[in-house]
Amino acid sequence: MTALALDYETLYAELLAQVRALLMRPEWVGAQLVGIWSGGAWLAQQLQRDLGRDGAPGVISSRLHRDDFGQRGLSSTADPTKLPQSIDGAPVLLVDDVLWTGRTTRAVLNELFDYGRPARVALAVLVDRNGRELPIEAQLAAARISLPATQRLHLRADGVGFKLEVEAC
Amino acid sequence: MKLLIENARLVDPASGRDAPGSLAMAAGRIVELDGFTPEQRLDAQGALLIPGLVDLHARLRAPGSALEGGIDSELRAAVAGGVTTLVCPPDTDPVLDEPGLVDMLRWRCERVGLSQVLPLGALTRGLGGEALAEMGALVAAGCVGLTQGEQATRNTAVLWRALQYAASFGHTVWLRPIDACLGGGVAAAGPLATRLGLAGVPVMAETVALHTLFELMRATGARVHLQRLSSAAGVALLRQAKAEGLPVTADVSVHSLHLTDTDIGHFDPAARLSPPLRQQRDRDALRAALQEGTLDALVSDHAPIDADAKTLPFAEALPGASSIELLLSLALHWGEQSGLTRAQALAPVTTHAARVLGRQASLQPGAPADLVLLDAAARWTVREEALISAGQCTPFAFQRSGLELPGKVLGTWVAGRRVFG
Amino acid sequence: MLSRRHPQLNKNGELIHLLSIEGLPQSVLTHILDTASTFVSVSDRDVKKVPLLRGKSVFNLFFENSTRTRTTFEIAAKRLSADVLNLDIARSSTAKGETLLDTVANLSAMHADMFVVRHSESGAPYLIAQHCAPHVHVVNAGDGRHSHPTQGLLDMYTIRHYKRDFTQLSVAIVGDIVHSRVARSDIHALATLGVPDIRAVGPKTLVPGDLREMGCRVCHDMDEGIADCDVVIMLRLQNERMNGALLPSSGEYFQHYGLTEARLAKAKADCIVMHPGPINRGVEIDSRVADGPHSVILPQVSFGIAVRMAVMAILAGNEA
Repeated sequence: MTALALDYETLYAELLAQVRALLMRPEWVGAQLVGIWSGGAWLAQQLQRDLGRDGAPGVISSRLHRDDFGQRGLSSTADPTKLPQSIDGAPVLLVDDVLWTGRTTRAVLNELFDYGRPARVALAVLVDRNGRELPIEAQLAAARISLPATQRLHLRADGVGFKLEVEAC
Repeated sequence: MKLLIENARLVDPASGRDAPGSLAMAAGRIVELDGFTPEQRLDAQGALLIPGLVDLHARLRAPGSALEGGIDSELRAAVAGGVTTLVCPPDTDPVLDEPGLVDMLRWRCERVGLSQVLPLGALTRGLGGEALAEMGALVAAGCVGLTQGEQATRNTAVLWRALQYAASFGHTVWLRPIDACLGGGVAAAGPLATRLGLAGVPVMAETVALHTLFELMRATGARVHLQRLSSAAGVALLRQAKAEGLPVTADVSVHSLHLTDTDIGHFDPAARLSPPLRQQRDRDALRAALQEGTLDALVSDHAPIDADAKTLPFAEALPGASSIELLLSLALHWGEQSGLTRAQALAPVTTHAARVLGRQASLQPGAPADLVLLDAAARWTVREEALISAGQCTPFAFQRSGLELPGKVLGTWVAGRRVFG
Repeated sequence: MLSRRHPQLNKNGELIHLLSIEGLPQSVLTHILDTASTFVSVSDRDVKKVPLLRGKSVFNLFFENSTRTRTTFEIAAKRLSADVLNLDIARSSTAKGETLLDTVANLSAMHADMFVVRHSESGAPYLIAQHCAPHVHVVNAGDGRHSHPTQGLLDMYTIRHYKRDFTQLSVAIVGDIVHSRVARSDIHALATLGVPDIRAVGPKTLVPGDLREMGCRVCHDMDEGIADCDVVIMLRLQNERMNGALLPSSGEYFQHYGLTEARLAKAKADCIVMHPGPINRGVEIDSRVADGPHSVILPQVSFGIAVRMAVMAILAGNEA
């Protein structure tokens, strides 16, 4: 494992600024923050707190709509989806740590639409890396980078704060 | 034809002899070695030579089974297993309750010319348990005893009269000790059957029947051979009855001697047997009783059942297994596990079994030349596809039991004719 | 006997069939309950479906009739987006003499992915699991007296929902236990989950001493049996028991073993009352108890759908 020169605190500050700017736009009034379990859920909690918003952000799981169910079975440890408010007619900002192939986002979108019809959906990520396999993009990203296909980017909580780590896959 | 088998190890359970030697036969009988000039010689190369096995219960076709193999395959299986004499039950279709049917069976078996088949005749007409069958005529036609087969006699008064009648002529009645009303389950009653949700046969079904039979024997003086005891409690009652001097003999099946109810595993229909496999302490008691002679004989309880009648949910599968080819090895295996000599291990399938029939099985001059030559050191495992019997199901199959069995038959002679090997 | 891996687990210890609670490791049992929680919320969504079994065919093979159980399996399968076929075998091919395995082989040829089997003989689903094609999963919906694993699982889900910690509970199972596959599954599940006090309650003809070897206390006195219980599971009494010389009448049964409010007062104040259904009012349970505040009989039914969805989803994701 190598430590990439990506400082979590710096990236988070950048993302927070971008999200704050987005949420001030008129079409984003009444927006809900929904974190993609698990990395996105931590991020969404931080953002919700630092933006001074009341209540808890939603958590959404890709588990029931994944396209690799046939190969890997049902993953056992994901938290189920919990959306504290109705999403019908509301703008939804999905939050995740890393955008890579786009498959998790696709599954999450399917899951989201099982709950209602949002007014609009955007995706905010800490790091947008290369390797997309579906036509999915992040509207907000603190950093856009390129990594070899053999490396994976991971957001890890280390007890003190958060760390972005690159590992071989 | 005058044959000399040399260089063999002769084991004669009747005399306890276990020593190297030779054996001479002529005109279908064993003869003295002195002054014998053989027409043919066979070098046994140290193999064991023993009397042919006497199996007191083997079916040539199982009732209810669709097997069309006929008796050929089963008799070939018998001689491959070293069985030279076997007793078969009358619960075929039609039931052997008329002398004409007995004649026909004997004629067919003689034509096949392998093991000698001794039939049992029906005790009641059609085995219905109501009207007596013509016991005298059946015995005259060659039946070695009368029996109700697998049917428990519901009407105790009829059973009493049947025993009384048989006693008038000295016929032996062969009976399964099972109560008609308590014996209706598919597995031995106990914690395992309760856990698996299988209808249980309580030990009481055997002991209640034994109490009744012994009472009827006291009242009638009939000779009875009890077939396939399965429980420790049953053996205890048998011991008392013999001590009392009642004219009773008994046998046990290879399945009850070696297996327990845990061999049912995940509802394996190969373990669907009648009597059902009981618990460890019952098996231990049966082994001790066979060793001490309380149980006289060990039987294969051979029942060839086709695959369709076995690949069914446990309770629906027909009870029974193909075992005649395994009788010899299972007797030797029991002997090894119990620390017995080979003569002791083989006694229940040779001399003691023959004694129940009022016959002898030995290597003495004058005895019929029913012989088995076997490689006692060989070890083998049972593969169902390799069984000669038309019914290829046995709980002793290696993939089920993990058992390696001792003893491989090299040759079998019936009345001096080589019929196997 | 060779000790063999339980046929419901593959060599990685993953569930490929659900045949019985016995032989289910605690980790797998707990995993099923955890997965079921996810599916409980599916019923509250706008779109009550998830695509996990889309394109898969689930065949309900009911050799023994049961509209209730078959319906819950059908609903569960459809919520997973599976195609469901109901085969009323009792009336069709086996009546014409086709063997069980021929029926299964014919259905496998029609590309079934999962068989949900109910049969009147203990062990039948094991036979089917042994002989069907390797990719087909078998779910036991009840075999003879032996096992009803999904009922056992939903009963455990229900208990976990109301009581949380299994390791402190007293659970009484009351009724015709010797003939009950539900009772056996419940006893195994409770034992696996660490319930320290399991009581089997009923007359000697219906509750044999053998049951002790399954890990429960045998009580023939109802008041003693439910004293200070946290959970009471009432079993249905079938009419046949009267004919088999096991009981004189349902009236006398209710007198000695019926769950009335007075009897229930002997259990803990927050005791829950469960029943696999359908209930025989006035035979094993008083209407006032069945409809009363302690009864969780209706929630059991809705948990049953989530539990069956969990079982099918887990099986479909594991390979033989």
